[in-house]
Amino acid sequence: MALLQIAEPGQSAAPHHHKLAAGIDLGTTNSLVAAVRSGQAGTLSNAAGVDMIPSVVRYGPERTDVGQAAVTAAAADASNTIFSIKRLMGKGYAETQPLAELLPYQLVDQGGLAAVATREGVKNPVEVSAEILATLADTASQVLGGELNGVVITVPAYFDDAQRQATKDAAKLAGLNVLRLLNEPTAAALAYGLDSGQEGVIAVYDLGGGTFDISILRLKRGVFEVLATGGDSALGGDDFDQLIVGWLQQQTGQQKLSHTGRRQYLTVARKLKEQLTDNESADYGFTADEQAHSGSLTRAEFDKLCSALVKKTIRSCRQVLRDADLTPDEVAKVVMVGGSTRVPLVRQLVGEFFATEPLTSIDPDKVVALGAAIQANVLVGNKAEHETLLLDVIPLSLGLETMGGLTEKVIPRNTVIPVARAQEFTTFKDGQTAMAIHVLQGERELVEDCRSLARFELRGIPPMPAGGAHIKVTFQVDADGLLSVSAEEKSTGVAAGIQVKPSYGLTDDQVAAMISGSMQHARQDMQQRLLREQQVEADRVLEAVGAALTQDGVLLEPDELAEIKSALTTLAQVRQQEDTAAIKAAIEHTNTLTDDFAARRMDKSIRQALQGHKVDEV
Amino acid sequence: MNYFQLFDLPASFELDLTELGSRYLALQRKFHPDNYAAASNRDRLMSVQQTANINDAYHSLKQPLLRAEHLLALRGLKISHEQRSFTDPVFLMQQMELREQLEEISSSDNPDDAIMAVEQQLQQQRKVLLKQLAAALEANTAEQNQQAAELVRKLKFFFKLQHELELIEQQIQD
Repeated sequence: MALLQIAEPGQSAAPHHHKLAAGIDLGTTNSLVAAVRSGQAGTLSNAAGVDMIPSVVRYGPERTDVGQAAVTAAAADASNTIFSIKRLMGKGYAETQPLAELLPYQLVDQGGLAAVATREGVKNPVEVSAEILATLADTASQVLGGELNGVVITVPAYFDDAQRQATKDAAKLAGLNVLRLLNEPTAAALAYGLDSGQEGVIAVYDLGGGTFDISILRLKRGVFEVLATGGDSALGGDDFDQLIVGWLQQQTGQQKLSHTGRRQYLTVARKLKEQLTDNESADYGFTADEQAHSGSLTRAEFDKLCSALVKKTIRSCRQVLRDADLTPDEVAKVVMVGGSTRVPLVRQLVGEFFATEPLTSIDPDKVVALGAAIQANVLVGNKAEHETLLLDVIPLSLGLETMGGLTEKVIPRNTVIPVARAQEFTTFKDGQTAMAIHVLQGERELVEDCRSLARFELRGIPPMPAGGAHIKVTFQVDADGLLSVSAEEKSTGVAAGIQVKPSYGLTDDQVAAMISGSMQHARQDMQQRLLREQQVEADRVLEAVGAALTQDGVLLEPDELAEIKSALTTLAQVRQQEDTAAIKAAIEHTNTLTDDFAARRMDKSIRQALQGHKVDEV
Repeated sequence: MNYFQLFDLPASFELDLTELGSRYLALQRKFHPDNYAAASNRDRLMSVQQTANINDAYHSLKQPLLRAEHLLALRGLKISHEQRSFTDPVFLMQQMELREQLEEISSSDNPDDAIMAVEQQLQQQRKVLLKQLAAALEANTAEQNQQAAELVRKLKFFFKLQHELELIEQQIQD
């Protein structure tokens, strides 16, 4: 096989030719670039001596600024200064509308996708991100002394197909060769794992400014296997700040704040939070909206404030462990990522839950970029005997719509990719010749609660009795998480295929809401599911008995026939209502009434078969 | 596709899972798209397809029930996706009783104990059926294979009950 003859990384590179590779942490707020030099991963600083740059781009009248220079100009030129572009990656225009009010720049519709109107014309998120990536790559080229051969870019574990694709496109636009997109928590584990050579199950707890990710990985003989990922895309360090602001307002009695006053409170809150990392209590003294305040916040008080938030993250930890089929004591190491993991209560509760001291020796703001650098160095071919193998999973289940508006999962979330999986469906009606295929993404039971990815139709199914045709639907997800779907009728080979290229992705909120929703609404979901199942079952019974009456009605006495017909009428009526138990009872009643009829039909079939058989024997 | 062949393992129900795991990782290490980060599109595509096969094969051999199904399919008995009802009255009675127990959990005085009790029963039954399944598949006669298929069908019900039990447990915890 040709595949075997391909030179693998490590073999392909000439032994003494060191290739230049970098890892890039393209963050919502800040971005970093790192590389392995002399066997050691480290972040790379620009000419100003700074390694962490704000993820901000300003389209100025003369030139485009990226990073701190763009931030400095932001106040004077807000509508041309783009920040938080990561939140717009791979998003449809319509779904970014809730953000539009919060952003000082103007969002426009670019063929259904969200983009930004600037003095340099319409810029889409791919273009803006490309500016940031190009700036980081420049820094790397200057420090490393040459063009980069390849980069590894990190993305949140929850990023869907469209968002990952947009990130790759941005790199392409910046002229970078992407060796791989790497999940952020996974990169963090790499940074610790390779350095220490630990084996066992690792939890990566990533609490950033606005998002929370938890990943469970298994490390074994150089293989990093992602067992499960989860989290909450609307929970982060900013929430801690808000809680302190609320507490401050209670202390000062200053409930109504101007925009400036609010910002002053926020600055004080952040300072208090930082001081409480190393101190048991922190003092404040400030003036906001012409009122002066002073006092102090104790660690104990702060812990009380944020305990509910931290506990929420612990619940996510429990859920993701359940997905991975593990218990907390099976987790050997816990890696802490993100500035918010400096909060002592976070460290304490995470440590208690996993019954182990969390790893904090690497700067939680830089650990992701460092891990990406290590992986980039491996993939570009600089490690002669690389042992690292990273097995990734899909973050959200992929499924199909079935009868009654239910979702049938074809590939459950956290399945290792690449993956190809087939599912068979049968026709529902006699003589059915077409079947609509609706591809969905999400964890909920009902179609309306999942994200629609694509629809297509399989035509030309040979007419057969209900349940006669077998439709095989195959899902394939490649290593970058991109999905393709094909469908085929098994006996005739009638095929239909589509490439699922969603024009937009799920919003972070939707993703989080879908997953947490599937837990919070589990009970309601189950009840609705049971109802729909009974309704579908009722339709099947009505259809089957109806057909049987047409075919073999003569086998029934007139009074039996009348009784069955009346039962069918009742069933058809009850089916329209929402009473699961009543539908079930009506189905059972119909079944009982038709037991004899079914037995007689069976006898008839056997006789017919035997007749044919006997004819053969003669 | 013969998954046992893919891993070069004897087509048997008794399988050394550690060995399977290490062969799986060895194949992954060989074919994973990361190894082809710098290769041509075609080779990358081939690597994707190959790894998808390996993942699927591993998934199917790792779990006893799927492994039994695959083994039976190789012996000409396809039982996945079939619609078939049981005629064994003892089994049906047992299922109904277990189902009643499941339904009673949420209204019981001590749900945790009730869950434990059902779980123990399910485990016990699964263990017995899996042992019978192993013996039937080992014998590998036409009759024993039919028996094995029947055992797989029964085991599916037990795994389904286990899943429902876990859902109930989650609901109670929440």
